Amino acid sequence: MSRKPGPVETSRREILAAGAGALALIIARPARATPESMAAAIKAFVGGADVREGRVILEIPPLVENGNSVPLTVKVDSPMTAQDYVKRIAIFNERNPQPNVALFYLNPRAGHALVSTRIRLGDSQNIVAIAQLSDGTFWSDKAELIVTLPACVES
Amino acid sequence: MARALINVPAKAKRGDIIEIKALISHPMETGYRTGTDGALVPRDIINRFICTYNGEEIFSADLFPAIAANPFFSFTTTATESGRIAFRWIDDRGQAYLETAEIAVE
Repeated sequence: MSRKPGPVETSRREILAAGAGALALIIARPARATPESMAAAIKAFVGGADVREGRVILEIPPLVENGNSVPLTVKVDSPMTAQDYVKRIAIFNERNPQPNVALFYLNPRAGHALVSTRIRLGDSQNIVAIAQLSDGTFWSDKAELIVTLPACVES
Repeated sequence: MARALINVPAKAKRGDIIEIKALISHPMETGYRTGTDGALVPRDIINRFICTYNGEEIFSADLFPAIAANPFFSFTTTATESGRIAFRWIDDRGQAYLETAEIAVE
């Protein structure tokens, strides 16, 4: 006895498939950087070079009430002479929609390797600052912070 | 029109390291927010900031949506000669905002 699949059965299957698709869309919607995507962004910045800890000081409050505007300061221990200076400073995050935050270009005229700005944070997470020195070495510092009211929730 | 606030010392001694602060009013729309109609609000951020001292670049930045609205930067430079410190912010529409400050170095 051959049994033809009825239209009802097919459509239920379709509805289930569509439902699964919609669920995947909802899950995929708030696209987020992950520790892996941050690692990939860092790799794109440093190339194959080693990143050592130290020389960089990342100052950011450990507990943040409002993720829409978080003060951040990066200092690098460098004499800032023509022979030895900080070329670039990059800031990365783990859990915003994109792993990159900012990339600053400095030169020996700066006198100090010191930059401040204000950033947005979508969640409690780790922030990483990496400095590229004129000799080609990379140095980093990491800060973990808690955000009580993340950015991107007001609307 | 964007309004900018900059802070450069009016006078400095030659060789002094001076602090420069720059802030511009800009929504820095991330492109991840939805508007009242449920559609995503298109991204519009300042993606580049450049500061020059008598025409020579002393500081610049590539920016991403994670920079807070009304982007603020503070950095340092060495006072070498009297002249003009110029600031340029460029947003996603290619629009540039300019601001300058004079410094007297003795």
